[in-house]
Amino acid sequence: MLRYAFARILGAIPTLLLVIAIAFLMVHAAPGGPFDSERVLPPDIKENIERAYHLDETLPQQFYRYIKGVVRGDLGPSYRYRDFSVSELIAGAIPVTMRIGALAILLALIVGISAGLIAALRRNTVLDRLVTGIAMIGISVPVFVFAPLMVLVFAVTLKWLPASYTGSDGADRLLLPVIALAMPQIAFIARLTRASLIDVMNSDYVRTAKAQGLKTLSIVRYHAFRPAMLPLISYLGPAFAAVLTGSVVVEHVFGVPGVGRFLITASANRDYTLVLGITVFYAAMVVFLNLVVDLLYAFVDPRVRTR
Amino acid sequence: MALLDVENLTIRYAGSASPAVENLSFALARGESLGIVGESGSGKTQAALAIMGLLPANAKISGSVRFDDAELIGAGAAVLNQYRARRIAMVFQDPMAALNPYVRIGDQLRRILLEHKLCAADEASARTLLMLKKVGLPDPERQYRAFPHQLSGGMRQRVMIGAALLGEPDVLIADEPTTALDVTVQAQILYLLRQLRAETKAALLLITHDLGVIAGNCERMFVMDRGEMLEEGTTRQVFATPDSDKMRALLTNAPTLSAIGMSGALPEGGDPVLDISELSVSFSEGRLRGRERLLAVRPISLTIQKAETVAVVGESGSGKTSLARAIVGLIPIDSGRVTFLGKQLPAAVSRRRHDSRRDLQMVFQDPLASLNPAMRVSSIVGEPLRVHESGRKNHAALVEAMLEQVGLAPELSQRYPHELSGGQAQRVAIARALILKPKVVICDEAVAALDGTVRSEILLLLQAAQQRTGLSIIFITHDLAVVRQISHRVLVMYMGRLCELAANNALFGRPRHPYTRALLNAVPSPDPNAEPANAPLPGEVSSLLRPPAGCPFHPRCQHAVGACSASVPEPAAYGGTIVACHRATELDLRY
Repeated sequence: MLRYAFARILGAIPTLLLVIAIAFLMVHAAPGGPFDSERVLPPDIKENIERAYHLDETLPQQFYRYIKGVVRGDLGPSYRYRDFSVSELIAGAIPVTMRIGALAILLALIVGISAGLIAALRRNTVLDRLVTGIAMIGISVPVFVFAPLMVLVFAVTLKWLPASYTGSDGADRLLLPVIALAMPQIAFIARLTRASLIDVMNSDYVRTAKAQGLKTLSIVRYHAFRPAMLPLISYLGPAFAAVLTGSVVVEHVFGVPGVGRFLITASANRDYTLVLGITVFYAAMVVFLNLVVDLLYAFVDPRVRTR
Repeated sequence: MALLDVENLTIRYAGSASPAVENLSFALARGESLGIVGESGSGKTQAALAIMGLLPANAKISGSVRFDDAELIGAGAAVLNQYRARRIAMVFQDPMAALNPYVRIGDQLRRILLEHKLCAADEASARTLLMLKKVGLPDPERQYRAFPHQLSGGMRQRVMIGAALLGEPDVLIADEPTTALDVTVQAQILYLLRQLRAETKAALLLITHDLGVIAGNCERMFVMDRGEMLEEGTTRQVFATPDSDKMRALLTNAPTLSAIGMSGALPEGGDPVLDISELSVSFSEGRLRGRERLLAVRPISLTIQKAETVAVVGESGSGKTSLARAIVGLIPIDSGRVTFLGKQLPAAVSRRRHDSRRDLQMVFQDPLASLNPAMRVSSIVGEPLRVHESGRKNHAALVEAMLEQVGLAPELSQRYPHELSGGQAQRVAIARALILKPKVVICDEAVAALDGTVRSEILLLLQAAQQRTGLSIIFITHDLAVVRQISHRVLVMYMGRLCELAANNALFGRPRHPYTRALLNAVPSPDPNAEPANAPLPGEVSSLLRPPAGCPFHPRCQHAVGACSASVPEPAAYGGTIVACHRATELDLRY
């Protein structure tokens, strides 16, 4: 198991390098530079600044310098927030992003699995159609539509919750961002759970359990639940990734000072190092969480665990 | 007074023209053993599932199933659960699929006791352990904590039987309980069932396609075909004076070793076509915790002549399929040579010349899995022509002629594989293999998935092709009755090694290896008057990752002596037979 984990971490290195290279090229391919603005700088000052940030070097040289920094854990200085390094900026924004992301995943798992189980066990009833119908909407409506709508209903019209993260100090400011982020995941997890449990309930070993006179609830609890959760564990990796990318939109809409919002402002500012730093951070997170998910899978499925 | 009374049971499925079961009536008395025999699709399993209340929701059921005077058809789950496990229990065909792969064996059994409150909660583990012991699981404490995939097929079926008997049922329904098992393991399981029944006095409803299994285990029987009961009576009576054509056909096609086999004399003027010399194959196993070598085929040598059929027989893990794939070049070999028509072939099929590939063809076990689902029958059968004879123009005519030869109606040529029956699909696979008129065909369990009558037809088809074109056949099978019927010579393998290589009559008349003798013994005889074997070959095949020292068969061999665990016996010739056994000269294993 340890060897497997180690091999997976080693295998992630080329993936990360590739992600960095693509992000690096895309940032540099965008027109304009970090220090272009309406006020044109005198050429010698601009030259000085560019030299200070090594922007006068060739692209491969800059890439090499950047990779060297990443290996040491140094993501470089921010071009826009001059007093901070990129690592400091990300570190400061991580807690709130993590809190919202983790809560969204938790909410999605609890609500999604419960809804999916009920729909599967009450298959083809009104309850089932309700769950699958709502899930369909949850999957098809994008976050950038759903989030402002929630603000309109719960903050502007009903005035139950603050419209913006900064509009309150309590836990209620987390509610709308978390729900907005969780909604598509709830929908997907509910559908996945439903399909998976229906599949397991049709398996030969559940037929055996029925032949043994077990009640449906006992069958679900002792025989069907665990195998029905396996596809869900595989989905957790993509779910984490979707929540991370979703956080970019959600944090922007609700004004949450997290990593995602930095990504948008940094892109607009052509803050090369900050954009790159966040990309590297996101990529590393996705790779790491996928590794955790795979190990979890191996742990839950005895056929993988005990060979 | 019957314990279980089925009356006018009819099962229909929407969208299917004919009912799966029609007007079926029978009764099962306390302690009695009743066999249902029929081919696939005859409705025998449907009838059993109806009794258990396990039919899918879209099945329309009419008629009556009374157990101890209570009506079970239409009863709710709560009522049925009063009967399941405690009064009626069922053992299913495929123990791997029927056991939950995610739950430990012991927990699966314990759950039955707890659910039905069959004993105090703190006694459940002990009761489970006791049952695992009773069904003959070695080291039951360890198996209690094992997952199904860690057990062999035979052990899994023992667990299934144990699970069924936990509630001390009055009726045990066993649906093809040994069909997925090797023949020596089948003998063990049937023996176990007979023992346990003598002890528990449970009535048995045994469903099978195998007349040999019925003959040795059921007092009464009935025959089903297309959902209907054709005839019923005591087993002796039905076997002796069958009323229906179906039963007569089943009896004719029943696998039996007593039928007169091929003479075993090699065909005249036989030139060696294929020579396999010291071929060995191994696989690398294990991902998560280190790699191990699985020795699938230890050096095996074999020469096949023109127009000869050599059967390769053995149980799971004997290496027969690996041998076949290595000959064709589908898997890498460790060492050895394959010489075909006097020329040594490269090991990998991709490096072989076109002409050797066209002359050496293979037919696989599962026709539906080995035919491309996106291609029509005509293009499947014509594909070898497009690859090897692209210059010729009359492909369509050749395909048509080939389909006729294998007995397929011309209108089938536009069908897709999933629109064919198992027998038709296997004919297509054979047509594909024969259309280039190869010199050698290797058939890997080519009839294992087929019913008796279809199986006989396919075997005749291969024999006809042999007589027509001088085809040589290597026939991989686990079925000794098939071996008896079609082979000139037989190679018996055990754990990748040769046990015995003999002419057909020599092997069946005077087996020289104890394993050959055990195999012959284990085949259930389709004769109700024959005594069923009461001392089946003990144990199971050892792990190929850790083969025993010396002769691989010695842990199960009743004739084993010290020398057998000391060194591996070398194959040596005795008359026309080659045997690898230290005691071949002294043992007399004749019938």
